[in-house]
Amino acid sequence: MKLEVKNITKRFGTLVANDNISLTLQPGEILSLLGENGAGKSTLMNVLYGLLQPDEGQILIDDKVQKFSGPGEAMAAGIGMVHQHFMLIPVFTVAENVVLGHEPTGKVGNLDLNAARKLVKKISDRFGFDIDPDAKIQDLPVGAQQRVEIIKSLARDAKILVLDEPTAVLTPQETDELMEIMRGLSKNGTSIIFITHKLREVQQVADRIIVIRQGKVVSEASPKASAGELASLMVGREVDLNTSKKAAKVGVETLVVKDLTVLDDRNQQMVNGISFSVHDGEVLAIAGVQGNGQTELAEAILGLRKIHSGSIQVAGQDLTKSNVRQVLEAGVGYIPEDRKKDGLVGDFTIAENLMLDGSFGKPFAKGVQIDFAKRDEIAEKLIKEFDIRTPSATTLAKQLSGGNQQKVVVAREMSRDLKVLIASQPTRGVDVGSIEFIHEQIVAARDAGKTVVIISTELDEVLSLADRIAVMYRGRFVGIVDAKTTREKLGKMMAGIAA
Amino acid sequence: MTNIEVTPGMFSSAETKPSLKTPITLVAAALVVLIFFGFLGKTGDISFVWSDKREAIQLPPFIVNSMFFCTLVGAALLLIGLLSIALTIRGGKTPVWLIAIYGLGAMMALLGWLATEATQGVQMIFILGNTLVLAIPLIFGGMAGIMSERVGVVNIAIEGQLLTGAFVSAILGTITGNLYIGMIAAMIASGLLSMVLASLAIKYLVEQIIIGVLLNVLVIGVTNFLYSAWVDDDSINLNFPGTFEKLPIPLLSEIPVLGQVLFNNRITVYLMFVLVPLLWYVLFRTKLGLRARAVGEHPLAADTVGINVGRTRFWWVTIGGMVAGLGGASLTLGNVGSFGREMSAGLGFIALAVVILGRWQPIYVTLGALLFGFTIILKVWANQVSPGIPVDFITMVPYLVTLVAVAGFAGRVKPPAASGQPYVKG
Repeated sequence: MKLEVKNITKRFGTLVANDNISLTLQPGEILSLLGENGAGKSTLMNVLYGLLQPDEGQILIDDKVQKFSGPGEAMAAGIGMVHQHFMLIPVFTVAENVVLGHEPTGKVGNLDLNAARKLVKKISDRFGFDIDPDAKIQDLPVGAQQRVEIIKSLARDAKILVLDEPTAVLTPQETDELMEIMRGLSKNGTSIIFITHKLREVQQVADRIIVIRQGKVVSEASPKASAGELASLMVGREVDLNTSKKAAKVGVETLVVKDLTVLDDRNQQMVNGISFSVHDGEVLAIAGVQGNGQTELAEAILGLRKIHSGSIQVAGQDLTKSNVRQVLEAGVGYIPEDRKKDGLVGDFTIAENLMLDGSFGKPFAKGVQIDFAKRDEIAEKLIKEFDIRTPSATTLAKQLSGGNQQKVVVAREMSRDLKVLIASQPTRGVDVGSIEFIHEQIVAARDAGKTVVIISTELDEVLSLADRIAVMYRGRFVGIVDAKTTREKLGKMMAGIAA
Repeated sequence: MTNIEVTPGMFSSAETKPSLKTPITLVAAALVVLIFFGFLGKTGDISFVWSDKREAIQLPPFIVNSMFFCTLVGAALLLIGLLSIALTIRGGKTPVWLIAIYGLGAMMALLGWLATEATQGVQMIFILGNTLVLAIPLIFGGMAGIMSERVGVVNIAIEGQLLTGAFVSAILGTITGNLYIGMIAAMIASGLLSMVLASLAIKYLVEQIIIGVLLNVLVIGVTNFLYSAWVDDDSINLNFPGTFEKLPIPLLSEIPVLGQVLFNNRITVYLMFVLVPLLWYVLFRTKLGLRARAVGEHPLAADTVGINVGRTRFWWVTIGGMVAGLGGASLTLGNVGSFGREMSAGLGFIALAVVILGRWQPIYVTLGALLFGFTIILKVWANQVSPGIPVDFITMVPYLVTLVAVAGFAGRVKPPAASGQPYVKG
């Protein structure tokens, strides 16, 4: 099936998310849509899938103009989509999820789950997916859930499969498996649109690459292009993919964690007797696939989450039973993994967000009152220092782009007198320019002799920042290795296999 | 630099500790029965009366010494409780049927202890029959609650829907002289009320709890006003519908005990017998139900496979409202025989609690509603058989036991994930 997208424009208010975009997709082709977060890739795909209506332009399948008023019609036309956030119902079984919306029924209108199981089995066997039709989604690992999403599309005879950032949640091994699956599908005649911002994957699997920047198609590239070329196309200028840093000048042990065990909200042991120490002037990166206890570890150090057993010390001071304020006053800075949820108050101004952690005393408070003049002065200074692109200090935080929001969080945390910086996913959903800037700031903090802990699921980030790497799997450290460890070895460790 | 030796599979996945709340409650309640009703109990005899005087087949009453009976039952309950502790420690679950047997035993001990030496004995048919009739509005209310919460709409307005149903069925039943017309009108009226809730919540995204509360206040106000301004002056012609005839089902109604309790009833009870299994079947065995549950769990996922979230929610909430209207009619036409001011008296809110207690499952919700029906009749009956007893305290007991026992279940089943959340496209 041949797909043509012609002159699609989609606006949200004054923002032009898609500006006159055209592309074609040949049968059996893997087309990669490369672009930064916020470049308009997902908007385009939501238009293609009928979730959004375009303001202008047409979609053609086999030269026939299509009009999708909802996903149902797009599916009927042969388009399947695997969303970045899976569209699966956790309490349903695989079979129920696969047939939802086009259920096989028995004689009295009852649900024919046997037929559904057979369908799942058939597709699963054909592509070697190894999926149990009766397993509940919530019990499956993320990689398997993604395969269920693919089965879901194939079960509806999708000829065009859209994969939206499919590798964001996968281990390197699972990513390789997915690439295999994609090649297998394309051999069988399924066309694939593969949306990503990861250059390595594009080079591995794509037949053709289309680069989107600020809502526009900027160019077409060949998968043989170098990572550097692709990155500059994506960002629109030369980018330095490697953060250069001097050798670490390691000082005294500042953060010491001993036998730490932490439970999550459902009383499951998420951190399982972890011990480690980090020195001044060094970056320890904690790598691992999302959901292996990293979040709970960071929250426990900050005092946000109760510690079940074990101890935490910062510069000799015991913080095991301390509350958040005491931890902050002990000199710990924290960049949370979800800036919108934990890092910022969206409806507060930038100036207000920059003083969120400093409302207790100097320099922001004068007695019981906020010193507004001082607040605005500090805000202006930090906006300049941290290159926060904003019309003014009184702009609401939620109106900023992801990268600038993150810079507000980074500015607030790093402008205090820190001993230890803990940064969870410091560049998730952030544009390349801001990634460079934030990485430089982190390295500068290290060089200034601070103790830095980075928690990241992105191997690239881990490798470019770390002096030592700890790999976390199911609440434990599989090992702590040096920064020269190979990608392959780290990938294995992320799957729980020791080096 | 440390390297920890690790082999695949060395890490066990995170574990949850099984809760001992339920088993411990069972043991504690068993000890209360054993000690206070048994060892320190009353010395007289209990007479369990199984037959109504009108019945063809008469069963002889079962007469037993109170202390002996309660000690025996208490010991059996203790055994079940200990068994449950053992099962839980081994990582298993206490089967629901065992808890049901336990509940039945505890109920018999409580009834027996209350009626020791009472001349009329324990009138099983009276107690069970009334439990059922009193539970009917709660069951219909609970089904309405399930139908809307399963698709992700919190329906606080069940109280108002019951009251609407009660009012409309009584008035229209009287005016037309046909109770069936009254019943159908009640369903339509409550259905319309639900449409208001559904469209405000789904289309205009008004906070669901607020609409619910407003609708309740509105219905109470309107019915009170109409009642005092219009109905009360002319009760004979407006508010005197009487109740449906009892329709004994041939053969089945002649089964001893159960026949009288279950199969000699009014149409409202039989409708419940049909509706509860039907709702279970639709929810869990048809594609309509699968889609409805999908909408309540993850509306965006449902939308991406072409299910119309708004429309699904609208119709489930509306039809749920019609069921609640039927519950209102069963209050008047199925039991009392006329409308009274604010006669729903909080039943709609209890129905909401029962929905949670019954974990959004039609069968369990029905059982929960029956428990509440039982406590209502227990209060009336306990006063008759042993005057002077602190009735309010006695009626508290079943609630207390249930509350604590359910706290043990709480972790097992979660409410529909999207309950109460409006769905906005794009």
